[in-house]
Amino acid sequence: MKRTVVIGVGNEFRGDDGAGRMTARRLTETDLRGVDIFESSGEALSLMQCWADADRVILIDASSTGLPPGTVQRFDASQHPLPSRLFHTSTHAFSVAEAIEMARSLTALPPTVIVFGIEGANFDHGTGLTPEAEGGVSKALQHILTELS
Amino acid sequence: MSDPASPRNTRTIKVDYLARVEGEGALHLGIRDGIVEEVKLKIFEPPRFFEAFLQGRHFREAPDITARICGICPVAYQMSACHAMEKAAGIALPRPLRELRRLLYCGEWIESHALHIFMLHAPDFLGYESAIAMAKDHRDVVQMGLKLKKTGNDIGTFLGGREIHPVNVKVGGFYKTPRKGDFTQLAETLRWAADAAERTVQWVAQLPFPEFDQEYEYVSLSHPDEYPMNEGRLISNRGLDIDVAAYEAHFEEEHVPYTNALHSIHKGHGAYFVGPMARYALNSARLTPRVRAAASSAGLGEICNNPFQSIIVRALEVLYACEEALRIITEYEEPDSPDIPVHIARECSGWGCTEAPRGILYHRYVIGEDGLITQAKIVPPTSQNQKQIEKDLWKIVPQSLHLTDAELQWRCEQAIRNYDPCISCATHFLKIQKEEIPS
Repeated sequence: MKRTVVIGVGNEFRGDDGAGRMTARRLTETDLRGVDIFESSGEALSLMQCWADADRVILIDASSTGLPPGTVQRFDASQHPLPSRLFHTSTHAFSVAEAIEMARSLTALPPTVIVFGIEGANFDHGTGLTPEAEGGVSKALQHILTELS
Repeated sequence: MSDPASPRNTRTIKVDYLARVEGEGALHLGIRDGIVEEVKLKIFEPPRFFEAFLQGRHFREAPDITARICGICPVAYQMSACHAMEKAAGIALPRPLRELRRLLYCGEWIESHALHIFMLHAPDFLGYESAIAMAKDHRDVVQMGLKLKKTGNDIGTFLGGREIHPVNVKVGGFYKTPRKGDFTQLAETLRWAADAAERTVQWVAQLPFPEFDQEYEYVSLSHPDEYPMNEGRLISNRGLDIDVAAYEAHFEEEHVPYTNALHSIHKGHGAYFVGPMARYALNSARLTPRVRAAASSAGLGEICNNPFQSIIVRALEVLYACEEALRIITEYEEPDSPDIPVHIARECSGWGCTEAPRGILYHRYVIGEDGLITQAKIVPPTSQNQKQIEKDLWKIVPQSLHLTDAELQWRCEQAIRNYDPCISCATHFLKIQKEEIPS
């Protein structure tokens, strides 16, 4: 049986950087079956552990690319590297993009890797998402459900 | 562009963001007519004011607050804080709790050293920009390194409640301690890890090492019965032998204008070297026979004075930590209680010094009769090594002037990474700016 893993990445104590985690949390409230859902700080090695043996992984992270806050971008990282600068809000030394590339180097990358970036507006200290990022979470949720259906 | 072959040049090499170190730092080198005029290791990460905002907090909060200083070595901060508070309260832990602390520390040494050996330092020796690039050609080695690191994290999760910023440590012991039978899986993993660490020693020993050595003052804890982690006297190879209580009488920190980290010096002596190289030089006799045999096979004597070979010493300490963890698990006796009571109801002070993966970490606190902290002092290993790193560069750069700017920069970054500097959460990109000013 194919295994699908969904990972919400970010730091919920830095405002909209928590958007990925929030999306994963909302996903656990849906009637989704046969999918393993994780939250992660984005540390590369723990990400690689989360998706070990998976056939498909969906990652959701906050992005800061200059697009209007709340915009959701979809990237297929199965074959090509992510544009790493899009995910520089990662909380640790090795980011989502580097985790993917390390796994690719080790031929340990799941066959399908989809990354959703939710454009944030505020990455200051403190919890809670801006209304724009909240909107992005809802949009990302719909995208993921479509992806999984 | 500067021409390294021309003696009438000024070469300025600026590395604005040091890659593969924990935190935000930069290096500036100035060379005029073949003479090194400037070496500045700049730590521009902003001050974090931990010592200030510990004031007014309860003494029991110090381990968890100070753990937040570092995501790589939080256990070290918890240990030094706990020991300081227990010193202030006048208590000492019973053996089973002391052993569990040591086990937790083994986990941190394994994960921190494995990260540095495989992800940060090894690519320097093999000419790769990153561990990701290295992994393409050395897949088995990198996979082994990642699994070794995970073994360290597993100990943290098992005993600390989670792998980063453990939540199970408290002044007086732990919130919860394991049952004897809980260790089965961990012991099995550690047996694999010890074998992997031995293979790691062999692998790093055959890396190409630049010819370099220096007369160092090594400073570490020393304990009569064990390789040092949590306890001992502070000693050096130049005659220092003091109780931790006397730390501030012998060492001082000074402000340096170009860096946000204080430079530590041994009063009357100058720069000194803490960390694996120091621990090994001063305590190698207390390593296990298996570690000593591995050191000998790797060509290391009882003291190693080439900091580029610190990668071997780290691998030896990973092997030691695996063996020590297995010993603790085998001999473990369940404590009567996960902690012992700690009360502070008078003004007092306490200090603690433990061996973080990167070297000695000193804490001192003054506590009021209400149990609130009135003064805190924290001296991390990287600020103690900072001056020594610069001294290495002052010697390495003149020996390396025949190299191109890119090669020289590579060599200098590699020399900095010999110390595994932990500035805090890391940057991972490198911006290079190079200027040439005709003399």
